Amino acid sequence: MPHDEIEILEERRNQVFRKGEGAASGEIACGKRSAAGSVSQRACVFCGSRVVLYPIADALHVVHGPIGCAAYTWDIRGAHSSGPQLHRNSFSTDLQEKDVIFGGEKKLAAALRELIAACTPKAAFVYSTCITGLIGDDVDAVCKTISKETGIPVIPVESPGFSGTKKDGYRAACEAIYKLIGTGDISGISPHSINLLGEFNIAGETWIMKDYFRRIGIQVVSCISGDGRVDEIRRCHGAKLNLVQCSGSMTHLAKKLTDDYGIPFQRISFFGIEDTAAAIYGAAGVFGDPEIESRARELVKEELLKIQPELRRYRKILKGRKAAIYVGGAFKAFSLVRALRSLGMRTVLVGSQTGNPQDYEQLKELCDPGTVIVDDSNPLELAKFCLEKDVDLFIGGVKERPIAYKLGIGFCDHNHERKEALAGFEGMINFAKEVHASVMSPVWNYVPRRANRRQERMAA
Amino acid sequence: MLDLATPTISERSALKINPAKTCQPIGAMYAALGIHSCMPHSHGSQGCCAYHRSHLTRHFKEPVAATTSSFTEGASVFGGMANLQQALINIFSIYNPEVVAVHTTCLSEVIGDDIPTIIKKAREEGKIPEGKTVIHANTPSFVGSNVTGYSNMCVGIVNYLAEKSGESTEAINIFPGWLDPSDMRELKRLAEELGVKYTLCPDTSDVLDLPQTGVYEMYPKGGTPVEAIKRMGDAIKTVALGEFTAHAAAQKLNDKCGVPFEALDAPIGLTNTDLYIDALRRIAEVDVPASIDAERGRLLDVIQDIGQYFHEVPVAIFGDPDHVVAMTRFAIELGLKPKYIFSGATGRAFENRVHAILDGRFPDAIVKQQGDLFELHERIKADPVKLILGNTYGKHIGRAENIPLVRFGFPILDRVGHRLFPTVGYRGAMHLVEKISDALLDQRDRTCPEEWFELVQ
Repeated sequence: MPHDEIEILEERRNQVFRKGEGAASGEIACGKRSAAGSVSQRACVFCGSRVVLYPIADALHVVHGPIGCAAYTWDIRGAHSSGPQLHRNSFSTDLQEKDVIFGGEKKLAAALRELIAACTPKAAFVYSTCITGLIGDDVDAVCKTISKETGIPVIPVESPGFSGTKKDGYRAACEAIYKLIGTGDISGISPHSINLLGEFNIAGETWIMKDYFRRIGIQVVSCISGDGRVDEIRRCHGAKLNLVQCSGSMTHLAKKLTDDYGIPFQRISFFGIEDTAAAIYGAAGVFGDPEIESRARELVKEELLKIQPELRRYRKILKGRKAAIYVGGAFKAFSLVRALRSLGMRTVLVGSQTGNPQDYEQLKELCDPGTVIVDDSNPLELAKFCLEKDVDLFIGGVKERPIAYKLGIGFCDHNHERKEALAGFEGMINFAKEVHASVMSPVWNYVPRRANRRQERMAA
Repeated sequence: MLDLATPTISERSALKINPAKTCQPIGAMYAALGIHSCMPHSHGSQGCCAYHRSHLTRHFKEPVAATTSSFTEGASVFGGMANLQQALINIFSIYNPEVVAVHTTCLSEVIGDDIPTIIKKAREEGKIPEGKTVIHANTPSFVGSNVTGYSNMCVGIVNYLAEKSGESTEAINIFPGWLDPSDMRELKRLAEELGVKYTLCPDTSDVLDLPQTGVYEMYPKGGTPVEAIKRMGDAIKTVALGEFTAHAAAQKLNDKCGVPFEALDAPIGLTNTDLYIDALRRIAEVDVPASIDAERGRLLDVIQDIGQYFHEVPVAIFGDPDHVVAMTRFAIELGLKPKYIFSGATGRAFENRVHAILDGRFPDAIVKQQGDLFELHERIKADPVKLILGNTYGKHIGRAENIPLVRFGFPILDRVGHRLFPTVGYRGAMHLVEKISDALLDQRDRTCPEEWFELVQ
């Protein structure tokens, strides 16, 4: 199908916005369920819960359902652990037809008993799936029984796939985590202490952030959930401040911690120079300790000096290149737009799977005129806009990568499958390197899209 | 530690750890992609469709488009009829495929959605445009495995589309079973080399092994066209390659249109390829050209050249049943010693089939259906092998036990070769010989004492 013939699905018309066109106050429609029959890039409630809880490395993660839900989430995410690797195995009750008819509770109980005895985890998360929701298994009751028997927290995760969107899965994960919070001893926690929420240690990013805070004298009580540990989560209510990195997944938890424990939170991003510096200064400023603030300034200065020369080199090469961004949460998109700007690049297409109206308002303000903004997009739309805008780089996840490559466009994974840490100052250099490697790859000299252009130029 | 296994085989009554299979719908989605201009449609929650697409994309490194009914709380109570009908309207009006291939999920199966009735109703109400096709397969995730789903969709394709007009096409139907596009391309090349008229169905070559063209096409040029599928009912015979993924559809075509079939294994290795070539030769009454004879000869030659390093090397083979069955036979042909033969697939048929191939020659071999990779790991720890043949999920075991893994089957999430080079046919076998010998010799070169390290092998 030629791209100029592609229409936008009528139901989706309000989910696409072009800055500088139409009513200035026109709101992008979002938070809608995907239209049935759309090739949506979105996933389900289970997926939302699974991605948030997955990095808790010393917990058992048991998927109560048919095999697929566990198979597709087996070790697919580079959420590194500095210790236990239990989370990287796949545990499933592998429900069969007879379980669907007679119920799977006994099977679940047996599975949990066997596993807890064999793996001695610190806690167990039991994910319900579409089918457990439907056949009426009382997962809560099973969890309670096993918890009593084994003496470890066995926590049900309310995540039947159909019961909402991926966002509802984030919420269910927050609720599950919340059951652990408040059960640990908080003595000895520094008055200058924080939790990192919504940070998953993909490619070791948590370690970069923890290092910054250590250097300026702030204790990280718990990271939820990157390189996560059950005992740290249990005492995270002793921290004085929460920093929320992935706001889509963890704002709910942060709000609960504010309401119940009076812990304030800040929405931060450790992606890009400006945002990283802002996050460090923001946290440092909370404690009213001039020494911490001065160390923060020192750290930012030191790190910036380290990366500036290399960054300048990349900026020179990448200046004026155009990028498309399609990511899960919109907050990540803000950082990406800014980070690309610091590389001299322009964002001409930006969208997310799960942004909310405020997010899109902010994106509109942030972006240049003419930028296309989309909510819950699909491959045809993305391909159409990429070609129309003639982008040099696509930033997205696993499903977007091959589309970009088919079009002959550079790609950078900013999702679960990224292999380089992109957080913090050194992350900015990694990002610049990755963008540079992709955009400047020699292969683009030979792909039809660019080769034709060269010929056209030569003919002109 | 990533390595959870101990050298004792744990008794487990109710649990899979590190599965050697996945669920039905992904197989149905893959089979449907082998129809030209087909949109696979997942009738269930949004997550199923997203997971299947991501998983297929990780294996093929290609865009995989598929749609979903996006079930909600409401649909799970009142049934998914409205969702599917709305989906059909949207799919045809926007994505405009020739065919929509609906498969169910655990959710829609438990709700009890009657897909044929919903399709019929949609057609009566004009929601399916004139000339467009909608087919379906029931693929409950709690029955069988990914290969069952593939097989069920192939049966669905035959059931909905194949017709008998009485006028013979003089062609042979080739049902490839679950193979990679590179394999399907090789099956076609061999048929063409033989000068045989054929219809390969499904056919994912030129759908999921696309060249870089600068264009994203939702429906690339490959896939078996609906017209060709219709005419499969007028073929001389069907050659079905794989008991678990191809035979059921061949049986269905026989029942429906009276097309007889030959039930073979996937043509992986020497004998299995011989059987494929011979079946085509006999049915089409053609002579095998010298070019194919020469390919076969080159395969034999390379096995002679390097076969000394294969002799009685204990090997673990795991994956989808048709792949494992065929590979077990090839392993024996190479002189390897099959020790653990595991599949996640359900049913005794797999074990029976493998035992028939082992034919009592490997009394210590452990053959296991419904196995998982945790048990395989425990067994390897207790009594090691020197080579693992299987998909990417074997890499945890390979690393923990320092055993080379030669990737084959589905899924391969971390290498690219399977997209380019076939494993079927004599050429595929040569490619496998190269990969296996490279793996064994690289391992030897890396680990043997210096005095045993030699330049010439």
